[in-house]
Amino acid sequence: MSFINYASREINCKIVYYGPGLCGKTTNLQFIYNKTAEEAKGKMISLATETERTLFFDFLPLALGEIRGFKTRFHLYTVPGQVFYDASRKLILKGVDGVVFVADSQEERFDANIESLENLKDNLEEQGFDLEKLPFVIQYNKRDLPNVSSVEELSNLLNPRKVPELEGCAMTGEGVFETLKAVAKLVLNNLKKGG
Amino acid sequence: MLGPQSSLVMYDEEYQRILQLLEKLLREANSKVIFLVDKNGQLIAATGETENLDTTSLASLTAGNIAATGGLAKLIGEKEFSILFHEGEKDNIHISIIGGRVILVVIFDQRSSLGLVRLRVKKASNELAVVFEDLVNKTEQEASSSSASSPFAEITDDDIDNLFN
Repeated sequence: MSFINYASREINCKIVYYGPGLCGKTTNLQFIYNKTAEEAKGKMISLATETERTLFFDFLPLALGEIRGFKTRFHLYTVPGQVFYDASRKLILKGVDGVVFVADSQEERFDANIESLENLKDNLEEQGFDLEKLPFVIQYNKRDLPNVSSVEELSNLLNPRKVPELEGCAMTGEGVFETLKAVAKLVLNNLKKGG
Repeated sequence: MLGPQSSLVMYDEEYQRILQLLEKLLREANSKVIFLVDKNGQLIAATGETENLDTTSLASLTAGNIAATGGLAKLIGEKEFSILFHEGEKDNIHISIIGGRVILVVIFDQRSSLGLVRLRVKKASNELAVVFEDLVNKTEQEASSSSASSPFAEITDDDIDNLFN
């Protein structure tokens, strides 16, 4: 849940990138980190294995600027995507304000996407959240690869609620900032409603 | 007690009270740095030798640490581990949970001792818990009095778009 600090005039929000293993969650954060001005970002922390698979989480603090005299800070987190890290994965969802689901567009990852999305719903429920009511966007990543499912197919399957959906290629950065902006917008609009 | 799902709101008055309590604890426990973190990883307040410390990262990792240990606790049938202690060659970290939601972190070196820190933290925790109790009541009152007083009630799409330009 967001943290509104009247003393320092800051709003802090937490956004979590979720998705199956190797779908590009960490790559999204790395691209944002590399393309953000020094003064607007903090250190990026990656708790990863020796083979650079996320073990616990990645963390990137961003300062986006001011709204009505309040500094807006977003804390971006990724979860470990691999199935067997479920116990750690659910911890990252604590106090989340918005979720980005990064789907792997490759045909062979079709089932992994569904499994991960179901897992997201279950884990959110355990923390007392309802995905239907949470600011939520979907990124169809790896659109540059040859063996991808069509966006229509992915959308029918993963996005029945028709939340904002974006095509991306996190390696080159395509769609990365658009995704962040889409979720940030929903989160801030939610704050406006007093959520 | 603060519920896990309620938004944390900090007002100037309570912030000053918290800061005073942290400064008192800093002196009485002979410690180097003290900070308070929300269980979700948001830094609430910090005092002491914080100039060369990345407090944002510390806050996020502390919350991750507490979350992971909390997970361990549940697996063996404990509610939570309310105190964690990390011993280093020079500096040590004492972490404790206040009122179920806020994390108090004390960094200290050989000028202090674990016993002293534990003793002082215990007393300060009770005082801090009272402030957070007041904060929750105040937030609830503000929320029920009028939603229009929220500074975000009037933000527009343009305001949000401007953040990304």
